[in-house]
Amino acid sequence: MALLTRSATIATSETERSRRSPANWLRSGGLSAVVFALPLVLTFLYFSWGPIVRGLVLSFQKNNLVTTPEWVGMANFSYVLTDPQLPQATINTLYFALLALVFGFPVPLFLAVFISELRKTGWLYNVISYLPAVVPPVVAILLWKYFYDPGSGVFNAILGWVGLGPYAWLNSPHLAMPAIVLEATWAGAGATSIIYLAALTGVRNELYEAAELDGAGIWRRVWHVTIPQIRGIILIMMLLQLIGTFQVFTEPFLFTGGGPDNATTTILLLIYRYAFINGDFGAATALSVLLALVLCVLSVVYHLLTRRWSTT
Amino acid sequence: MTAEAQERGIISAMDRRRPLVQYALPVIQVLLFIGVVIAGVGPLLWLVKSGLSTSQDIIRGPMELWPSGIQWHNVPDAWTQVQIGSYLGNTAIIAIGSLLSTLFVCTTGAFVLSVLRPKWGPLITGAVLATLFLPGVISLVPLYLTILKMPVFGWNLQNTFWAVWLPQAAGAFNILVMKRYFDAIPRELIEAARIDGASNLRLFTALIVPMSKPIIGVVALLTVIGSWKDYLWPLLVLPDPKLQPISVALPRVAKTTDLSLQMSALFLAVLIPVVLFLIFQKQFLRGVGMSGGIKD
Repeated sequence: MALLTRSATIATSETERSRRSPANWLRSGGLSAVVFALPLVLTFLYFSWGPIVRGLVLSFQKNNLVTTPEWVGMANFSYVLTDPQLPQATINTLYFALLALVFGFPVPLFLAVFISELRKTGWLYNVISYLPAVVPPVVAILLWKYFYDPGSGVFNAILGWVGLGPYAWLNSPHLAMPAIVLEATWAGAGATSIIYLAALTGVRNELYEAAELDGAGIWRRVWHVTIPQIRGIILIMMLLQLIGTFQVFTEPFLFTGGGPDNATTTILLLIYRYAFINGDFGAATALSVLLALVLCVLSVVYHLLTRRWSTT
Repeated sequence: MTAEAQERGIISAMDRRRPLVQYALPVIQVLLFIGVVIAGVGPLLWLVKSGLSTSQDIIRGPMELWPSGIQWHNVPDAWTQVQIGSYLGNTAIIAIGSLLSTLFVCTTGAFVLSVLRPKWGPLITGAVLATLFLPGVISLVPLYLTILKMPVFGWNLQNTFWAVWLPQAAGAFNILVMKRYFDAIPRELIEAARIDGASNLRLFTALIVPMSKPIIGVVALLTVIGSWKDYLWPLLVLPDPKLQPISVALPRVAKTTDLSLQMSALFLAVLIPVVLFLIFQKQFLRGVGMSGGIKD
């Protein structure tokens, strides 16, 4: 009896040991999990996690790819922060973000709420309004650049019918940024509206019924039921749009190259110039790190501010 | 009647009988439809018109239809003189390669994280998730340096298609969407396959992948259109004009090309993504809607 229990304890301790042993781990398919994870881990190490760490390191180095990298401490940061171009680029980027919010926020929301009411033809509105989003940005920009042409552009031709204009659009320091944002809004509204639509399908009809029984008209139902129900996704889309517009590059780069008179130079354009025109990779990453930090702080603050509204 | 009563939204069946709603709703509907058509289809129609006009016509009357007749030869001219054919070929190679690398990484990765679930799985899931919250700008320059000289291997990937294909695969969104889909596959099916003696590889190729065709299709579409639209990255890593996709080539050739040929070239560049979208619009719009869900 004593012997039996003893042998039993030996047996369990043996299985415990063998469960942990490499041979058993191999036999139970532990290795194949590693093999399956390898593509993901390698691509993320090389092209996602690695560059993020490397960016942090690079921002403290003098690196122009010609001479050997040299540790310079905060010199890159103080260089980019005292660059006389930075205040203008910051103001331009904030202006772009503000305009994008004013132009681009209400349109997709209105479109989505309206389309969600169309049972039979809603898909047609969807397809047509999403069409600009599949046009490659470069094609859209080259096309719109011609629309904005001060001499023979489409917009001036149309405005000419009602006796307005001609306007200089992209050549005018005042109009250039709104013109760029208008195109960006046109290109992006469809995708945002699809995301709102997906959120709207989750709103329960009983809520509308209850509101109707309480005597709420159509507008009050939209205002007091629809909007609060999708408030979470609205707040997230606003934040994502902010983060996206702070990193805008292609539109100002191709429309105006930052001009006229630096009116459309954004922070990303500055980063591009540091790295790929001046060859100063340290300064470029320092500015990237600063921008990323600002965006992270912005996200956290935004989250804290909006948490109260989105839970109630 | 019954179907409509069940499918009510903000506006109820009773509202619809009220005269104001009855007349105002169709009016708004028509006005909005006109607006959507002008914004969505208008620029593309104008592009088709200009692509088939002479340069003089475009400049003199941008809103007039063909005063000098339709110039059909613009399209073949753009194809040969602007070399649109070879740029479109490069774009297709880039899109297909990105598609293959993305699908390979996101299906195998999601398979580990969702089906095999090793002890270290949550760690990787967390690390993938974290990249979703970090702004992309932070890795632009270091990623470029990685392409110039890969750590450990020391390869220079600049002016090879690998420079576009490989970074494309490190997309957190695709992996998380795929993982979410795999998570919904009933565990009993997986256990049954295991009892039948299926190895991990067989489980992957014979059960999980065939069951996930819808989501694989969605990720494939979004990847192809996404890489068709990409500009800054191929501009940086493919300085050789012979390898450049159409989006990088167009602004460069636009400076030296006749306006009408330029418009034909733009039209050819937009044709394939638009046709792909129109064919697969259902899957596509579902995928875009899903991207809102994942960011939730």
